[in-house]
Amino acid sequence: MRQFLFTAVITACLGATSAQAEAVQGDAAAGEKVFAKCSGCHQVGSGAKHRVGPHLNGIFGMAAGSHEEFRYSKAFQRLGSTGLEWHADTLDAFLENPRAMSRGTRMSFPGVKDADDRANLIAYLRTFSDNPADIPEADPTAQVLDHNLDPAILALVGDREYGEYLSSECTTCHQASGGDSGIPSIVYWPEEDFVIAMHAYKEKVRPNPVMQLVAGRLGDEEIAALAAYFATIED
Amino acid sequence: MDMKRRAFLGAVAASATLAAPMVRAMGGKPRVVVVGGGSGGATAARYIAKDSKGEIDVTLIEPTRTYYTCYFSNLYLGGFKEMDDLGHTYGGLAANHGINVVHDWAVGVDRDAKTVALAGGGSVPYDKLILSPGIDFVDGAVAGWSTASQNKMPHAYKAGSQTELLKAQLEAMPQGGTYAMVAPPNPYRCPPGPYERVSMVAHYLKNNNPTAKIIVADPKPKFSKMALFQEGWNNHYAGMIDWIGDDFGGGNVEVNPDEMTLSIDGEVMNVDVCNVIPAMKAGRIAELAGVTDGNWAPVNAVDMSSKADPDIHVLGDASQQGDMPKSGFSANSQAKVCANAVRGALTGSRVFPAKFSNTCWSLISTNDGVKVGATYEATEEKIAKVDGFISQTGESADVREATYQESEGWYSGIVADMFA
Repeated sequence: MRQFLFTAVITACLGATSAQAEAVQGDAAAGEKVFAKCSGCHQVGSGAKHRVGPHLNGIFGMAAGSHEEFRYSKAFQRLGSTGLEWHADTLDAFLENPRAMSRGTRMSFPGVKDADDRANLIAYLRTFSDNPADIPEADPTAQVLDHNLDPAILALVGDREYGEYLSSECTTCHQASGGDSGIPSIVYWPEEDFVIAMHAYKEKVRPNPVMQLVAGRLGDEEIAALAAYFATIED
Repeated sequence: MDMKRRAFLGAVAASATLAAPMVRAMGGKPRVVVVGGGSGGATAARYIAKDSKGEIDVTLIEPTRTYYTCYFSNLYLGGFKEMDDLGHTYGGLAANHGINVVHDWAVGVDRDAKTVALAGGGSVPYDKLILSPGIDFVDGAVAGWSTASQNKMPHAYKAGSQTELLKAQLEAMPQGGTYAMVAPPNPYRCPPGPYERVSMVAHYLKNNNPTAKIIVADPKPKFSKMALFQEGWNNHYAGMIDWIGDDFGGGNVEVNPDEMTLSIDGEVMNVDVCNVIPAMKAGRIAELAGVTDGNWAPVNAVDMSSKADPDIHVLGDASQQGDMPKSGFSANSQAKVCANAVRGALTGSRVFPAKFSNTCWSLISTNDGVKVGATYEATEEKIAKVDGFISQTGESADVREATYQESEGWYSGIVADMFA
């Protein structure tokens, strides 16, 4: 139903060339599955909040980097200052290779190479945007990161100065500027997300062996200290 | 547990605070001089200057104006990188952190007067001296080879003109020619380095000179990531590489640079390229400063201070610290522990417990990356390994490609951590 509506509207609005139409037709239900790649950082749907990345409600028609309450990388701010707006075509280009459109953003994602997957994903995101065809009763699809961490661990207040010292172990690979050249950005994450991710490495739920090793010997307070530091790191 | 850590931290911080006024009483800002602008020295200088926010004068003495990283220089040999990708300059350290960058050679240390003599004349005073000079070669380590013959038989184990020379020689090899490597004995800079180099040379030859051969004379019975490299060599370069370990006389070599011959266990062969990587020792300034014992400079694990002088710290390849491999990653890791301790001693800032880590990535062929890594802690005796991992043989192409991508990310990360 939703998928049908979307396809119809897009085809009607754009009409244009067949190539364009092809690029934007998509299956929102299939796109929801593709969104699993994004949901570690981005929420969408009712109650969606900014996490590692901004929430994606209402993204169609938005200027890039324009959520005032989200702290964007300088690279993304520059992208926004060029006047870039998010529409099916710009989203398609961005999602194909995020780094090609803007190097140095904190979006640690290589892109969605398959054009159909992108079209489906864009169709799915489209269902959370108002204009021109709103679908207001969107399901709350945003995924909270699964974890079974003791709330006391999440409640720890990190020692930021200690975190700054500990962070020097991280910045050998993760750039303090937030730039991503093959190793993900870890700056400006919500502290809770950071703590959950580090404990997932510590418990070997997340797979990277370097991170399992580094996180494996960090205590709860040290992880909290790192989260506090990286959440508020200075430019 | 947490209470204990806090109590320990408090005690360390308190003792650092007591020591600080002594330095300040001598007048002016405390002065740190760093010799060597590589992974250890540049990182230490940057972190001390950055984190002390102007409270400490930092001088970095480094003869070259452009630093070429040894890491990824094998990828240049393989055609995956340009020389310019490996070059980094010191402008950011001066402009962003106020570091006084002196392009000169440090030629002596007067430990009583606490000054470093420069080749260009004059001397620089210090309260704390950090030596991070990297490596030099042991005289007479390979029979027939000396620095005077390094143009005929390059080591290319200090990146820069030697690396470009080796690449030019590789490209000039006749079809079906022989590339020889004399591998170094332990301990040496970058344990997987010679074998990544063999892989990258093989990659180049496979595409440009497929009947060429590579022969490696090695004084060791085994080497870093051996199973991974040998698997990769079989997969990508079957029949091209002949590795002769210690069991078969790989340690009994002699070279003749004028004749371009290599003798392995008495068998003399003509070679077209001979990459001689001799036994190594600490960069000479460590010896001149009197902080070496044998080939290397022993240090205390807790803060990388010299066992011979508490006001001198030695970082990276030149140090003898225990279990960490001699690598750029290790030097960078040690530099941060050292910087934290030096800052604490000079300004009374908080001193945190030493933590060290290392990961070494190697490229075997296009998108075929492997890695080995470990974490370390400071004990009374040495830097001791805590835990480690290594890539597995038989990993999927996806995993290997992701490992290579990770190494690219690490490279960008560490050079920003040193020079930004």
